[in-house]
Amino acid sequence: MKTTPEVLPEVDLILDRYGRDPTALVQILREVQEPAGWLPPATITYLARRLGLPRARVEGVAGFYSFLHLEPAGRYRVRFSDNITDRMAGNLDLLDRLCTALWVERGKVSEDGLVSVDTTSCTGMCDQGPALLVNGWAVPRLDAARIDQIAELIRDGQPVESWPAELLAVEDNIRRKDILLGSELQPGDAIRAAMARGRQEPLELASNDRSWRERIDTTSLGPTATLEEIKRSNLRGRGGAGFTTGLKWEACRNAVGQAHYVVCNADEGEPGTFKDRVLLAGYGDLLFEGMTVCAYVLGARQGFLYLRGEYRHLLAPLEAALARRRADGLLGENICGQRGFHFDIDIHLGAGAYVCGEESALIESLEGKRGIPRNRPPYPVTHGYLQQPTTVNNVETYCAAALIAINGGAWYRNIGTAKSAGTKVLSVSGDCARPGVYEYPFGVTVRQVLEDCGARDAQAVQVSGPSGTCIDSGEFDRRIAFEDLPTAGAFMVFDGSRDMFEVARNFVHFFAHESCGFCTPCRVGTTLLCRLMDKIARGKGSRHDIDQIYRVSRLLQASSHCGLGHTSCNPLFDTLKRFRPAYETRLESLDFEPAFDLDGALARARAVTGRDDPGAHIGEAP
Amino acid sequence: MNVDLQRPVFVLDGVDVPFTTGQTVMQAALAAGHYIPHLCYHPEFKPHGSCKVCTVRVNGQTFASCTLPAQPGMEVESNTDELNDKRRTLVQMLFVEGNHFCPGCEKSGNCLLQAVAYDLGVMSAELDHLFPNRPIDASHPDVLLEFNRCILCELCIRASAEIDGKSVFALSGRGITKHLIVNAESGRLADTDIALTDKAMEVCPVGVILPKRVGFRVPIGQRRFDASPISAQALEDAPRTPAPRARGQA
Repeated sequence: MKTTPEVLPEVDLILDRYGRDPTALVQILREVQEPAGWLPPATITYLARRLGLPRARVEGVAGFYSFLHLEPAGRYRVRFSDNITDRMAGNLDLLDRLCTALWVERGKVSEDGLVSVDTTSCTGMCDQGPALLVNGWAVPRLDAARIDQIAELIRDGQPVESWPAELLAVEDNIRRKDILLGSELQPGDAIRAAMARGRQEPLELASNDRSWRERIDTTSLGPTATLEEIKRSNLRGRGGAGFTTGLKWEACRNAVGQAHYVVCNADEGEPGTFKDRVLLAGYGDLLFEGMTVCAYVLGARQGFLYLRGEYRHLLAPLEAALARRRADGLLGENICGQRGFHFDIDIHLGAGAYVCGEESALIESLEGKRGIPRNRPPYPVTHGYLQQPTTVNNVETYCAAALIAINGGAWYRNIGTAKSAGTKVLSVSGDCARPGVYEYPFGVTVRQVLEDCGARDAQAVQVSGPSGTCIDSGEFDRRIAFEDLPTAGAFMVFDGSRDMFEVARNFVHFFAHESCGFCTPCRVGTTLLCRLMDKIARGKGSRHDIDQIYRVSRLLQASSHCGLGHTSCNPLFDTLKRFRPAYETRLESLDFEPAFDLDGALARARAVTGRDDPGAHIGEAP
Repeated sequence: MNVDLQRPVFVLDGVDVPFTTGQTVMQAALAAGHYIPHLCYHPEFKPHGSCKVCTVRVNGQTFASCTLPAQPGMEVESNTDELNDKRRTLVQMLFVEGNHFCPGCEKSGNCLLQAVAYDLGVMSAELDHLFPNRPIDASHPDVLLEFNRCILCELCIRASAEIDGKSVFALSGRGITKHLIVNAESGRLADTDIALTDKAMEVCPVGVILPKRVGFRVPIGQRRFDASPISAQALEDAPRTPAPRARGQA
């Protein structure tokens, strides 16, 4: 057996930067992988030894995330975004074009180890797709010319960092602004407004400090007054579930622990959603203000921004924004001159796992583990990061909280509807003239959004992504609001030419790819659903297969461990209800067809022998 | 049964079940001699609720009973047609996910997956077989690893880490590609420090972790679940006192 080297100096540099802290394992793995593009077995052994972890656990973490590789994956790892909107824009043809240009087979590494080309889940560029990631860097607005240019850059061995800026430029496409996107807040405004709700020093003691026993400092009025404004605003979480933010902050503030944590969920993985990318790109200060206000209310000293791996291009600008805020006294010790107000934010870059958008899985990932959702109760507000009280909110929620800190809860509550206060930022994509980001007060009708984005002949809209709701043209007067169509932001438009069966099939494959695999129903069920949908797509389906889809879906809905499994059957239920003919016209028989494909079983033999004549097929001709 | 009148009670399928604060529905039910079908639950380990076979219904909502904290007055449905139907599908999923050939398996008759399947009346897999490719690991002189039968219950992982203090096993991959790995750079069991006396050797509910050279010592037909179905043997295991908190790493 090959022995592991005693010292790997370049790995030690990374380990030292993270203080050899096992909770930073995902970050360490990501950085260690950078030069070679994969994590050789000896490197895993070395990391395990240096971090004091069992080797198998380190390997298990690396094996969980899509962007970490335990086998050579090429010096250039090209991943085409494979959301339905990318499909509609022809991503697979472009993928084939790149494969041909580079002489590589999809899903395999080229023989010289130069490149691998494959697909990945939606990369959040739906308004400027088709898009791809190369070594983690986003390349949007693909067409044949750009593919040829990419092929050449790869053949020339140009490091991605030195590729033409125009190739890597991501557009914001902001189409409609309201209070949030139209905000002209200056750094520090929200924090100072929150502090101004308290008394002047020295009456107001250390602002967000907790005593040595981690009791809440009840002598300071600023945090409680700010919390009251958040509660008064009736702000609800923008990640989709819609929990009341003020109540979450209050529960976390009241929870006893050794430390409190503020976490921003920027793991925007829902296919069709990209509004957080735009907020992170142009409104980073607003977000950091909101997080700092939250820390002030909670008495937290440490915050994390969990940034999805697909948004790696935003890492450097966000780090720069944090550095500037530290220099300006808006982060660090004694923020805004307030004694005892200490808070800082670290950015954690994800590594390709949709399930980490689930808050407890996100926390597991932050702790350097596989992103498996936890059993609840207990909830993160009492037992979150390192089992300490933790508030996890969406990017947009913190931005809204910053606005509320300045303008007050009553102001915010008067915007939107009675049950859905404020505005919602939508990510509009698909069949429309002006895809991009639109901010509306809650209560806007789907029809209004369709009109504004220039959608003609829409037959369906997927609201809030695959885990949300698919509505047909008879429902376009429904409203975007928690009481009607709740949404995390995605708004994908499908015109009359689109096949809604293929839309559902794309989503079913997405969930199977992203299932964490913890529980039986989701791990096996999502894969069975893929196979059933693929069978119907091949024209081999029957009524029995539709019955099986219902049977598996009901089980997923009832017994899955987390929201991913519960909602993974939504696209099937919605399209079977509204677009059933799209399924039935494909059925070969109305009772039963076997799943086993005799002709398909010969495919390997055909590939080996190079035959594709009629004699090499069983049943109908190819 | 010796029911302490001071203890709180919840209702399981119409029967009062006393419990101690901190017990889950599964723990209290088993301790009181009531069987709820399960696979990944083991009384000596902290429940984690991954197999979902123990799913019950409370107030219309479904929960894994092994992780659901018992509450006074809770009305729990378990032995209903609807839930048993769901359990059958879950067991069938575990069968099609791996490669299970009971007649040739050393664990046949002692296997929890097989026993739960028979008890629930599973007659065939019904679902599409996935036929995964999972090579066996016969590298170790004393232990065979037959991954084809793994149902990913994580009991060996928990036993090795919490009792043996070794972490011989872990999970890698994700979704349907999730799989058991061993703690060695070579990926071979022979290069780990597993021992026949390890707790991890005895907790596998199916036939993955097997001592070599002991095949068919007890003839098929005389094995544990050949005598009576698993549901009828619940009382033999009960009351199973939950183990004290797992010990730390050695």
